[in-house]
Amino acid sequence: MSTIAQSHPGSTLAAGIDPRGPQFAATLTSVVLIVVLLLAPGPAAAAVLALQAAVFAVGATRGVQRTPYAWLFRTFVRPRLAAPTELEDPAPPGFAQTVGLGFAVVGLLGFVTGLDALGLVATGFALVAALLNALFRFCLGCELYLLAKRLTA
Amino acid sequence: MSTGAWVVVAAIALAVAFGSYRALTDGRFRGTHKVRDATAPVVEGSDPVVEEVALATVSKPPTTWTHVTTAIPEAKLGEKATLLQFSSAFCAPCRATRRTLTEVAEVVPGVEHLEVDAEHHLDLVRALGVMRTPTTLVLDATGREVTRATGAPRKEQVLTALTRS
Repeated sequence: MSTIAQSHPGSTLAAGIDPRGPQFAATLTSVVLIVVLLLAPGPAAAAVLALQAAVFAVGATRGVQRTPYAWLFRTFVRPRLAAPTELEDPAPPGFAQTVGLGFAVVGLLGFVTGLDALGLVATGFALVAALLNALFRFCLGCELYLLAKRLTA
Repeated sequence: MSTGAWVVVAAIALAVAFGSYRALTDGRFRGTHKVRDATAPVVEGSDPVVEEVALATVSKPPTTWTHVTTAIPEAKLGEKATLLQFSSAFCAPCRATRRTLTEVAEVVPGVEHLEVDAEHHLDLVRALGVMRTPTTLVLDATGREVTRATGAPRKEQVLTALTRS
């Protein structure tokens, strides 16, 4: 029997999303970040990374279901898949978008200011996080959340 | 190869290595964490009044459960064992873990499932050495930690861990 109920918002089943959506989005994100790294350094890399940062920003502020990647999933991928076996809380992948945005902004600053090493490393970390999500459904940002709370609060 | 291409290779290697390691170890019950300040209440116990109070409320020596009741006074210890789950808001596997542990607690008599929001009980999280969510601690009838698992455990892993309590 569960004695302590969870009190965080968005955990109701009604607000659930298909967990394959964020996974699909993470796959696209990985591809885009690989393109950035292959183009880097230069204005082309910065431009593609800026687009990815914009996608992260939409996901972080308006929810993962509102990103262009989520739209692609709903329109082209989900109709071809069987119904999901279970729905997922959109809060964890939403938080992951915030973490992705952080890495993308730092990377972008690196490329724009000529600190190419910073740009490469930050984009590299964003790629690791996106790949973990795409391949293992593992949310690195979510995991770091408690550690960050432990250190700061 | 450009530096960027090397970063791609390194990122893929890192992600695959870390992800595989986690896939292998997640949900496995092993080890415990020493209760921090475990000696402090014993020293207090030299005062007969404190000792009486301590005896009245919890069995001594202090256990993991002592910390739990300090943070959550209304928490109820299972007759035989308690599955203490730490969760957080941004945690997809916590839901699966909740489902598994609730099921086990319903099926196995004397077992309680207690889910704690880690974010709101950071002192407890620090005292018990919880680093990530979900973390599941198996406590025996006296409230002592028997073993723990990080990541979502499977039902049979929980049942096996319970036989050790």
